[in-house]
Amino acid sequence: MYLRIIPKLDIKGPNLVKGIHFEGLRVLGKPERFARWYYEQGADELIYQDAVASLYGRNSLLDIVERTAKEIFIPLTVGGGLRSIEDIRQVLRAGADKVSINTAAMERPELIREAVQHFGSSTIVVSIEAIKRADGTYEAYTDYGRESTGVDALEWAQRAEELGAGELLVTSIGQEGTGKGYDLELTQQIAEAVSIPVIALGGAGCKEHVLEVVEKGKADAVSMASILHYDFINHTDASLDDFSGEGNTTFLSHGGGKPPISEMSLHDLKAYLSGSGIACRTQEAAV
Amino acid sequence: MTKKPEKARVAIVDYALGNLYSVQAACARVGMEAIITSDHATIDNADAVFLPGVGAFGNAMENLHRLDLVEPLKAVAAEGKTLIGICLGMQLFMSESYEFGHHKGLDLVAGETVPFENPRGPNGRLKVPQVGWNTIHPLEDSTAAWQESPLELVVPGSFMYFVHSFYVQPSAPKIWLSKSKYGDVTYCSGLQRDNLIGFQYHPERSGLAGAKIYRKLAEMIVKRKNGGDEQ
Repeated sequence: MYLRIIPKLDIKGPNLVKGIHFEGLRVLGKPERFARWYYEQGADELIYQDAVASLYGRNSLLDIVERTAKEIFIPLTVGGGLRSIEDIRQVLRAGADKVSINTAAMERPELIREAVQHFGSSTIVVSIEAIKRADGTYEAYTDYGRESTGVDALEWAQRAEELGAGELLVTSIGQEGTGKGYDLELTQQIAEAVSIPVIALGGAGCKEHVLEVVEKGKADAVSMASILHYDFINHTDASLDDFSGEGNTTFLSHGGGKPPISEMSLHDLKAYLSGSGIACRTQEAAV
Repeated sequence: MTKKPEKARVAIVDYALGNLYSVQAACARVGMEAIITSDHATIDNADAVFLPGVGAFGNAMENLHRLDLVEPLKAVAAEGKTLIGICLGMQLFMSESYEFGHHKGLDLVAGETVPFENPRGPNGRLKVPQVGWNTIHPLEDSTAAWQESPLELVVPGSFMYFVHSFYVQPSAPKIWLSKSKYGDVTYCSGLQRDNLIGFQYHPERSGLAGAKIYRKLAEMIVKRKNGGDEQ
């Protein structure tokens, strides 16, 4: 059993963005460059998330997926605003291996079953965004944590499994983008309640956070964004790309505060985890 | 006169189970023209046939029967054309399965499909399905088979991407192409018997190592096609 480490790339228009609590999106660069770097560094899979999830501008996401799938041969999950079997088909046809769905599945859970019948369980990832309630339980949210649903996150996880979901991507909205660590309790509760794999997301700020969400949170796989993105930025010159007319690029042109994280490469992260007793896939044997 | 070698034309069998586009893209990358189809004539005319698939064994056989694909697939196997089963596709080669009851398979390869039962790792029980990367290894007594197989370009011990709850147990151990280990269970992760080739993992999602399998398959299929043309 090898831990899967899955960089998550939030995409708005043609750009990779990152926000805190899903708000205040900042342009970090071109997603394909990041994807390529992560692939070469030994990423086990990739997640692309359409950060605005509007149907308007979907073509730009499909283009990015198509370009990525041509040069990257690891599983690519794409999510954000997918509402129907036809939406899912489009993304798969563009080259995604799996899709993640949240809002549409919450509105009509049968969509999970239908999607599984069309594309197979291992193609369908249900994304659960959760916020802790005052009584310590968790509530599922949609629309990037903007809309409450009144649905208990743990019950929703079990329901999604019953409907055939192949995996669950579990995000703590409270931790997302903060760099303060994963929500261990949320991850553990869901991971122990279902038999399908749980991918933990939201809050990774350093390598120790990743270790603890596996050891204490019982995550089957881990996903993260900022700690990897800022490491890549340290290795590259984004000014080579053209960002005309797209989003808030102040960070790229002027630099500025980054979140409180200790960025590191996938390679170093895997070396740390392996040293701590968590088996990770090593780079493929040299050709 | 020597003919210009032709491009391999392969059929990817569409029986309404699973994401076939990844397989199509992987074929395209190594220069094969791949058509997703459930049409008998297209399958019959193809240079090789891919049988992918994810999901349940029973549903899969039901769909194959409903689309009248069982006999065409048996014909492909019988006439010696390369038939490549991926994941559930390979499991369907077997005579029978014990996935949610007892089902008859395509019966191309004697043996059965059985579930992972409480596989245990160093830290306790492992989840089923196995989702993720695992290594493939030659069998002690059949490294020769590896060398002459679609795995020829792959370094033994390479990582491949798996998603499955069941695995195949062919009656003839000699046809194992590779073995893998999930916790304390050692299982058959690939097989080859003449023109029948099966992979439990997804070479199309398995990085460069997987791409090497497609490259070798393309080479084998083209060689067979152009070799056949000369006769």
